[in-house]
Amino acid sequence: MHIVVPLRQSPDLVEELQINAEATDIDRQAAKLGISEWDEQALEEALCLKDGSGAKVTVVTAEGGQAEELLFTALAKGADRALKLAGDFSAPMDNHRLARALADAIGRLGANLVLTGVQSVEDLDGQVAVLLAAMLGWPHVSVVTRVELAGETAQVKQEHSGGVSAELEVRLPAVIGVQAARRTPRYAPVSKVRQAQKSAKLERLAVATDGRSGLRVRRVFKPEAAAQAEMIQGTPEEIAAKLVAILSERGLSR
Amino acid sequence: MPAGVYVVVEHLNGQIAELSFELLSAGRQLADARAGKLYALVLGAGGEASGVAGACGAADAALCVDHAALAGFAPEAHIVQLAALLKERPPAVTLVSNSSKGMDLAPALAVALGVAVVTNVAGLAVEGAKIVATSRLYGGKIAVEAEVEGGAAVLSLLAGAFPADKGKSGKPVAVETVSPCPQLDNARVAFKRLERPEAADIDISKQEVLVSVGRGIQDKENLALVQELAEALGAALCASRPLVDMGWMPKSRQVGKSGASVKPKVYLAVGISGAPEHVQGMKDAATIIAINSDPKAPIFDVAHYGVAADLFEVVPALTEKLRALRG
Ligand SMILES: Cc1cc2nc3c(=O)[nH]c(=O)nc-3n(C[C@H](O)[C@H](O)[C@H](O)COP(=O)(O)OP(=O)(O)OC[C@H]3O[C@@H](n4cnc5c(N)ncnc54)[C@H](O)[C@@H]3O)c2cc1C
Ligand SMILES: Nc1ncnc2c1ncn2[C@@H]1O[C@H](COP(=O)(O)O)[C@@H](O)[C@H]1O
Repeated sequence: MHIVVPLRQSPDLVEELQINAEATDIDRQAAKLGISEWDEQALEEALCLKDGSGAKVTVVTAEGGQAEELLFTALAKGADRALKLAGDFSAPMDNHRLARALADAIGRLGANLVLTGVQSVEDLDGQVAVLLAAMLGWPHVSVVTRVELAGETAQVKQEHSGGVSAELEVRLPAVIGVQAARRTPRYAPVSKVRQAQKSAKLERLAVATDGRSGLRVRRVFKPEAAAQAEMIQGTPEEIAAKLVAILSERGLSR
Repeated sequence: MPAGVYVVVEHLNGQIAELSFELLSAGRQLADARAGKLYALVLGAGGEASGVAGACGAADAALCVDHAALAGFAPEAHIVQLAALLKERPPAVTLVSNSSKGMDLAPALAVALGVAVVTNVAGLAVEGAKIVATSRLYGGKIAVEAEVEGGAAVLSLLAGAFPADKGKSGKPVAVETVSPCPQLDNARVAFKRLERPEAADIDISKQEVLVSVGRGIQDKENLALVQELAEALGAALCASRPLVDMGWMPKSRQVGKSGASVKPKVYLAVGISGAPEHVQGMKDAATIIAINSDPKAPIFDVAHYGVAADLFEVVPALTEKLRALRG
């Protein structure tokens, strides 16, 4: 069983995002980039499958930025092999291009299962998992919280709204978009990441990036709020007193 | 011939999902702007599709398909069937919601039909033959205006962006039954069963006052702070998804897209950023109060009252004042 986990570099939303001079993208130089939070879940689910049944786990990511750090961290957590993909990734919100690159890589690496994050915070152009599956001609399921392997199939749990979920059986090879792993993602201590940097080798694979979304981004901007909250200011005690007044008006503080 | 607008209608137990009424509302507006027709697409098994289709009065016509493989939701069967149906009717704009089903459908349909897809759409405009969609990305913090080349596309709409009311109509609608496509018999994804949520100690959708906690709380130990606030306020405690995924709070307390939708008198959001998936579940609360140290957090766009301060300072102060009041 060979599981490929593609990792995406996403901006950290805790920092304020800036927009580039042409207003065509966020400013990626200024943004703090790290692993997309759902990819961390996908990697964890893959590593749990490895722990349980001895699957082999390969991680791949587009070259540049924090790519090496992401890959070494994944190796430190237990991934077996790590590759940087080389190609034209200059249109980051074009998921067709990313999916094309991944399809090319997976075609050459071979895989029974691809686990991606269900989405990232920058999905303008569909989700990569589904685009990738469509390009590979494989079945896929999104918003999955559990993957169980059984021979030529995977049993997955797909979450719907209101706490309802569906159990599905998927014939492999398949692409699964992971929402949450079965457990909290493991942590790789800095010492282990350093060790991986010293002992492990990252491979590099040139891939096709000629996918095209058919969209033209006109402008990227910070939206004006439709209705802004009335902001309450002061010391914590003053704020608390004002909140109590608001709650009292609604008959709630007795 | 003016292009049609097609809405993929989701339903469970014979009921149309609220999100699908939002799609019908957006679709109506789009079809009228393009002087085209609005069609509701309803897939199901055991005769349920035609019943549901009859309730899509906002559409000019409803097309339904009935087949055992379309029971519940197995993504592949729905994609194959919808693609087969839409291929015969180009060029079309297809609307799906960004639900779990919609996430599977939108990109796959776009590839199958050879058209563009736009995700997380919160606004739509028609400019001649072009469709201009405005999406909310980066947890709702950034908007992107994109233009679709040509008149055909698959658009996945954000929950809450279009008014569901305008998609509800008691008008009778012509229902046409379409025969299932042959590929349905060899789908590689099989639907096994639905799991309903387990009964919980309290039903957060029925509470009048909710204190909701997010990742801003930083540590499981700190939950005591908001628990005490909830007690002082006579409220129930609920949470954003990451706290549930980390195992800090039970699933039954999750608010949002994949949790519960709540509509309390007061919703006090503590350390929650206001990602669209969270907002979807609480935007209809009568009064929303948000405490978040980031003055630009999107939660302040839906809140009525905002406190841009450190929760570790404000929450204890508030708890103390409430306790003093209660004596
Ligand atoms: C398919 C799908 C379904 C989803 N369903 C749901 C769902 O049902 N419900 C849900 O909630 N999410 C859901 N999500 C996840 C959602 O996208 C967000 O990741 C999540 O809502 C973020 O939770 P949060 O606001 O607690 O965390 P963050 O986004 O990390 O926000 C934490 C906030 O705390 C603030 N903060 C930090 N420190 C302090 C402090 N000391 N004092 C005050 N404020 C502080 C920060 O400024 C920040 O705004 C779903 C995602 C997907 C892909
Ligand atoms: N640049 C990239 N390099 C490698 N994998 C990616 C990249 N972009 C997206 N992915 C994968 O596709 C998943 C979904 O991405 P997205 O649909 O863009 O949210 C991510 O969680 C990754 O697993």
